Amino acid sequence: MNDVLLSVENLSKGFSSGARQVAALDNVSLTIAPGETLGLVGASGSGKSTLSRILLRLLSADAGSIRFEGVDWLALNGASLRRRRARMQIVFQDPLAVFNPLASVGAVLVDPLRIHGVVAKDRRRDEIVMLLERVGLPADYAGRPVRALSGGQRQRVAIARAIATRPSLLVLDEAVSALDVTVRGRILELLVDLQKEQGIACLFISHDLAVVRAVSHRIAVMDGGRIVETGPAAALVAAPQSDAARALVAAVPRLVTDPC
Amino acid sequence: MSGIFCSLRQLSVTYGRGVAAALDGIDLDIVAGERLAIIGESGSGKSTLARALAGLLPEGARVGGEMLWPGLGHAPRPGRDFGVVFQDPGSSLNPVLTIGEQVAEGARRHLGLSWKQAYVRAEELLGRVRIPQPEKTMRAFPHQLSGGQRQRVAIAAAIAARPALLIADEATSALDVVVQAEIVRLLDGLVREDGMTLLFITHDIALASGFVDRIAVFRNARLVEAGPVRSVLSAPKSDYTAALIASHRDLATPPLIAEVQP
Amino acid sequence: MNWLRRLLRTPEGAAGLAILLILLLAGLLAPVVSPGDPLRIAGRALLAPFTDPAFPLGTDRLGRDVLAGLLYGARTSLAVGLAAAFSAMVLGLCVGMVAGFAGGFIDEALMRVVDAFQIVPAFLLALAFVSTIGVSTPIIVLAIALGTWADPARLTRAQVLAIREQDYVASARVIGMHPAEIAFREILPNALPPVLALSATIVAGAVLTEAALSFLGLGNPNIATWGSMIAEGRSVLRSASYLSIIPGAALAVTVLGVHLFSEGLGKALGDNDVGAA
Repeated sequence: MNDVLLSVENLSKGFSSGARQVAALDNVSLTIAPGETLGLVGASGSGKSTLSRILLRLLSADAGSIRFEGVDWLALNGASLRRRRARMQIVFQDPLAVFNPLASVGAVLVDPLRIHGVVAKDRRRDEIVMLLERVGLPADYAGRPVRALSGGQRQRVAIARAIATRPSLLVLDEAVSALDVTVRGRILELLVDLQKEQGIACLFISHDLAVVRAVSHRIAVMDGGRIVETGPAAALVAAPQSDAARALVAAVPRLVTDPC
Repeated sequence: MSGIFCSLRQLSVTYGRGVAAALDGIDLDIVAGERLAIIGESGSGKSTLARALAGLLPEGARVGGEMLWPGLGHAPRPGRDFGVVFQDPGSSLNPVLTIGEQVAEGARRHLGLSWKQAYVRAEELLGRVRIPQPEKTMRAFPHQLSGGQRQRVAIAAAIAARPALLIADEATSALDVVVQAEIVRLLDGLVREDGMTLLFITHDIALASGFVDRIAVFRNARLVEAGPVRSVLSAPKSDYTAALIASHRDLATPPLIAEVQP
Repeated sequence: MNWLRRLLRTPEGAAGLAILLILLLAGLLAPVVSPGDPLRIAGRALLAPFTDPAFPLGTDRLGRDVLAGLLYGARTSLAVGLAAAFSAMVLGLCVGMVAGFAGGFIDEALMRVVDAFQIVPAFLLALAFVSTIGVSTPIIVLAIALGTWADPARLTRAQVLAIREQDYVASARVIGMHPAEIAFREILPNALPPVLALSATIVAGAVLTEAALSFLGLGNPNIATWGSMIAEGRSVLRSASYLSIIPGAALAVTVLGVHLFSEGLGKALGDNDVGAA
């Protein structure tokens, strides 16, 4: 029985800036099982965002393959790709830039419902209310313009939009990095709850190891376009093997409360 | 000899008409030579404080209360008496000027150096902020450097004229954790060596707690609590400060997720 | 109508809108105030303004009513100005959108066409067109549009290129939106504001070009236009300067009104970004 939801094999992507060739991704391979959260950590420029964009088919890869739900993901195009996009969604970092400046919360949420025919037309209202409640927002927010919401509330709307199509994989690309510390914890709890309830697998990308540790089953460390270490979250954090992982562990700010 | 460098008395700032205050009745002293962290989330007023001190409030902002500068004896001159490092190194550096020009400018203008002398000082400064190959970097442009390196350049430019006060307004918030830690170490070292006063504005209480002397917590335009960092963190007087401390998450915090995958 | 309120709050917007409304009223009420053909001979020739209550603004060399000419001329100016600007905008928007989305060879080819039209001065292009093809009003509208569509095309393309990179367009792709829907629902509405601000300038230019064409005798001879009135007044400029000054002043006020309106509109729409800190 195939219990691998996502399998990335030898993915490579290079950019040429001027005369130089930069390898943004260099033979990256990873797997995610259904209902699992894989944390992807690395410093800026390690290739995490490039990987997430290639995964979401926003960028093309130079080499390698991706199998998602048993299908050759990179070979899909046009209408068949658009249909299957419902199965993989993303929450980006900047909760303001991800919404059409003119949109209301209801309009944002109805789009995926309409495009993929998740529920019948007359049930869409109810579905939107249900989605809003699921992410902890009052139902009457549906009429508000997205610009009027706070950062944390917008990110909740982004999560609601992402789960509207009932995806099996949710990619979170620095999804809490731009939020206030007190809001961050609540969003992380929301994500963990959603996973327990709906069995969504997650790829949680961040440069902050502490945040990744909080929500991931396994962690993969990226450095210079390569995956340099993978392992169960607790073990990796307790005993990092690679230099990159050690640097990330050391860099996590710690509250210094005892007098020195 | 530690006197008061700057004293804020009932400082208030309001943008626009009939809108809520961005800063409301702030009473705060900044001691000469200290490292003071201003901790706050969005809407707390911490950025407004930085701008008010630096004289960068937009037109139409109404200021109440007073800002006294006993440490200087006169109104502060930008660049000469204080330097500012902003959050986004991508937009705080001029993209069409070389690094050398931007760092030397402050020295030339405020220390009365010639361009040649200013360039020599600029190269020294780039070395002090640990830029690799400073001579090459003098001729480079901002887009050729990484985010962390640009922020180092911004710090060099801010201290070029040997100011007494350095204001770092969320200077590490746009950087990843590894670079963040390096920049914090750099700031700490520079400030100690030169005896500058540092105002470190951030939303990250743990990051600040690692190196500052005092912290001041802001919330919704008000000053909630201020004091030596150890005392505030071990015995916070306000619930809000306690909540901030509690929401801090590091590797020792228990994870939200079940350890074993069902 | 949020933007309308903001527009009226700016002094430029309010003044500009007022002028344009007066103009609109003048044109609409022309048959009421001065019934009959404005080009007919109505009274004695070269009557000075404010002397005869039947002809408040006087008459020209042939005895035609200046006020009638002014009011009917307003119709021509506004109609031709608006029609030409509208055509230029629509053409520019379409070409700009296609170029911005297609990229590659199509983009390059279209931009070379835009270059060609931008190189030729708009007025000369209109002049050449009208003198070759004919002087009917639709031809004049087309001629002016051909001279002015290139700027909106470039601006639209630049907007499309910038907006395409935004995260909300990427999000639309990720949720599986069809490219055509992305173009019309996500990109176009956000690309419009600066292009609309440009439209006001195009209207002003169109009004002036139409006046200039009819001044040179290349306008439609069967309707009253300010340009032809100014031209007619040339021969008696010393003795009856009012014949040229009155339509000239009307033209100046119209162009001023359009520019003020566009300033106000720019401010009203531009304020969109402020306040969402």
